[in-house]
Amino acid sequence: MTSLLEIHDLLVKADQTVILDLTELVVEKDEVLVVVGPNGAGKSTLLQVVAGLKKYSSGSVKFKDAPDLTDLAYRRKISTVYQSPLLLSGTVESNIGQGLKFRGIPEKEIRRRVEYWMEQLHISHLAKRRSGSLSGGEAQRVSLARAFCLETELILMDEPFSALDTPTQLELLRDLREIFSRTNQTCIYVTHDLEEGLAIGDRVAVLFKGHLHQLDSVSHVFSHPNTPEVAAFVGVENIIPGKVEKQLEDLVQVRANGSLFDVVSDLTPGKPVFICLRPEDITLYNIPEEVKPSSARNRLHCRVTQLINQGPLTRVLLEAGFNLTALVTRPSAKEMGLEVGKEVIAVFKSTAIHLIESSTELRN
Amino acid sequence: MQNLIDGIVRAIQLLFQGDPEVVRITLLSLKVSGVATLISILIGLPLGTFLALVKFRSRQFWISLINTGMALPPVVVGLVVSIFLWRSGPLGALKLIYTPAAIVIAQVLISFPLAAGLTISSLQQLDPRLRVQLLGLGASKFQMILSLWKEARLALVAALIAAFGSVISEVGASMMVGGNLKGSTRVLTTAIVLETSRGEFASAIALSIILLGLAFLVNFALTTLQQRRK
Repeated sequence: MTSLLEIHDLLVKADQTVILDLTELVVEKDEVLVVVGPNGAGKSTLLQVVAGLKKYSSGSVKFKDAPDLTDLAYRRKISTVYQSPLLLSGTVESNIGQGLKFRGIPEKEIRRRVEYWMEQLHISHLAKRRSGSLSGGEAQRVSLARAFCLETELILMDEPFSALDTPTQLELLRDLREIFSRTNQTCIYVTHDLEEGLAIGDRVAVLFKGHLHQLDSVSHVFSHPNTPEVAAFVGVENIIPGKVEKQLEDLVQVRANGSLFDVVSDLTPGKPVFICLRPEDITLYNIPEEVKPSSARNRLHCRVTQLINQGPLTRVLLEAGFNLTALVTRPSAKEMGLEVGKEVIAVFKSTAIHLIESSTELRN
Repeated sequence: MQNLIDGIVRAIQLLFQGDPEVVRITLLSLKVSGVATLISILIGLPLGTFLALVKFRSRQFWISLINTGMALPPVVVGLVVSIFLWRSGPLGALKLIYTPAAIVIAQVLISFPLAAGLTISSLQQLDPRLRVQLLGLGASKFQMILSLWKEARLALVAALIAAFGSVISEVGASMMVGGNLKGSTRVLTTAIVLETSRGEFASAIALSIILLGLAFLVNFALTTLQQRRK
């Protein structure tokens, strides 16, 4: 793979506050790199820097051979799609061709490309409509067509679907994924919605407070988050600080809040870690019943502290010397007679736990 | 009441007879105010665009100054221009006092703050993210500005209408710097003042009808331009 964009030691400040501090970020050609993170993570700032629209304090951002990001010739090698379509007054087709007009492309070629991309985004029937009369989804399709028809080497998308209702969002996401798979278009796609990112990205960069926490394949970030912040962001609700105590055969034992956990890992004893456990990986048993022998190595005696019904599922908040969250189906919760104060056994496999090495030593 | 009726009858006569003096006054009014409006737009549009789009330390001060200029009393402008153009004034050597050029200068000073101020507000009404979007589409700075003007064209034509309206109807400055000289600097408004002071209400009303008609025609043309889609 060849890299299209390389960022090294990038520092962006507003007044004296650091907004973005990236040691390295490389965007490969033909990939869709999803940049995720909560609000204020610096995602949009990163996009503005790459678009040549924001100055940075230090570091380097290199796009192939472009000498200067603010250079018009560079800016014309990329195109952007924002959360708000921001269409100009005029017809749909004139909007889509606008960027090509800026570039002085001949009218015939503009018409060819506009027609092609209207077809790809299923908006040919809207060609003569005025931009002000479009629905949110239609307007965003126009915005996508406007960016794709420039046929630039890199497209930047900043939360393109976050202002749309869920069905429209899913429909557009599906169409966009199909276009990406057909065109090998390189794209940096910024979103705060992890599921959207997982659906569309080849790799994911997870940002928190201006720092890159993890850059990996989508599935790897999901299964092996490398900081507690990333773990929480990808849906790991149980993040418990502990310390590797013993190394067994192919396993380690981790002590956390007085309990011992068996985990598949090769970390050496003494290492401070975070135990990451997804709520759906926990199985609950009633106490009077004997827990049948199984391959699951971890069992915790817990007390139910709260039950939260969420559609077909029930989120069970537990107390086991520390807080734990489990997810069970509503019929299971009913059959088990789960209620606040009830004592249960939480069981989970040693492979269900993912350990994150902690950079800070635990106090005790 | 009789005065009004006489005035209207006289106006119709003057209009249809094509009185050379009336035609001359009308054409001069149109020419002077047209040129003043054009110069105001040439100054006000770029200046307003600069103040609307570029952020710098004293920007607020300059915008306030422009906004104050939008309400500048014509007689004050007349006074200042007179002082400058007076034979013994700093620009006296140019010998512009009591010439149509002096009226144009005064009218430009009256109307360019309007053109600039309304340009500022019309561009600031646009979504600020539109600029970023246009640059993201590969627009050069100049193409971006042209696109913003196009988006704000309704409000910009309103600025043009306001600028023209402020000068075609203005009398104080024209009187002071033009002198209302027959055959040279007499325009519709100064002629109306003169005819009224003489008690020639019929002529004054006739000239007023012409002035209103002229203002309507120009505004109608500009409004048509403004409301035209695409």
